[in-house]
Amino acid sequence: MSKAMIKQYAVRLGDDALVQGHRLSQWCSKGPFLEEDLALTNVSLDFIGRARMFYSYAAQLEGGDVTEDWYAYQRDCRDFTNLLIHELPTGDFAFTMARQYLMDEFGLAFMQCLESSSDETLAAIAAKAVKESRYHLRRSREWMLRLGDGTEESHNRLQTAVDDLWDYTAELFELDELEQGLANDGIAVDTIALKSNWGMAVGALLGEAAIDIPQTDRAICGGRQGMHTEHLGHMLSDLQFMQRAYPGQEW
Amino acid sequence: MSEHMKLFEVFLRSKRGLDHKHVGSLRAEDPEQALEYARDIYTRRSEGVSIWVVHSADIVASQEDDCESFYDPQDDKPYRHAMQYQLPEAVNNM
Repeated sequence: MSKAMIKQYAVRLGDDALVQGHRLSQWCSKGPFLEEDLALTNVSLDFIGRARMFYSYAAQLEGGDVTEDWYAYQRDCRDFTNLLIHELPTGDFAFTMARQYLMDEFGLAFMQCLESSSDETLAAIAAKAVKESRYHLRRSREWMLRLGDGTEESHNRLQTAVDDLWDYTAELFELDELEQGLANDGIAVDTIALKSNWGMAVGALLGEAAIDIPQTDRAICGGRQGMHTEHLGHMLSDLQFMQRAYPGQEW
Repeated sequence: MSEHMKLFEVFLRSKRGLDHKHVGSLRAEDPEQALEYARDIYTRRSEGVSIWVVHSADIVASQEDDCESFYDPQDDKPYRHAMQYQLPEAVNNM
């Protein structure tokens, strides 16, 4: 497999982590109460740290002047290749936790597979991520049960969130040519193989939380090809503002 | 929301062999959630190997007024204090 392909894969995983981390960071100072505010931003920092590791590795494979910061701050919307589910706005707390839960259930299994990647750097990043992911999942599972089985309002909000998110989950289990090729070589994770376990785990948890599984076979995809929702551009204008206004600024 | 939640006291053991020390308090809905918040709030920089959370309401505390009867009588009994004992240098954390 060529370096360029592994680099592209590392950028995708970095984009996932950065966008997810940034969305969580938007709760900073706006959390429902102090303890949860801190917990959310802790998780956010875990993902931003993960983005740094993937981007650093991509920069190393790219060579030249490219740095991890370049990937985060200097690329435009269409260059980002994150999964669409990450870029949806934070929404209410139920939406944030529902997305987090669906992604944590996926993320833990994903990182556990990536841990045995034949690419040593990706495997090492994954090994670090797995420990964090276990904790993330524990937290978001608890919130799903608490909200789903809580008051009528929390239940309804969670059900709405799951309904709104569901069509975006199909993209988690799509492999394009690049990822299929890398998966065949034991470098990338074959996410198609993760689908049935994810479905069972999510189904069981949603059942416990008294949330109905949406009946739909609509799949909203395109993130890996740089085709985004309207939300990513707005998010980037915020995330990248400083470097756009003062290029090369350091502090 | 927070003011309706229960108050918990957090105790951390910084390494094996040491006692749990009180580090602060937090609010949570139940003990399980309190434990997770304690992890997020008090152990971000690997401060601990073990966490205890306790309902603050379950702590029975002595009062300022009790000071005289609780502690003063010990002041004139120096034989109760290990004042003459030299601690060997190898003993840490005492």
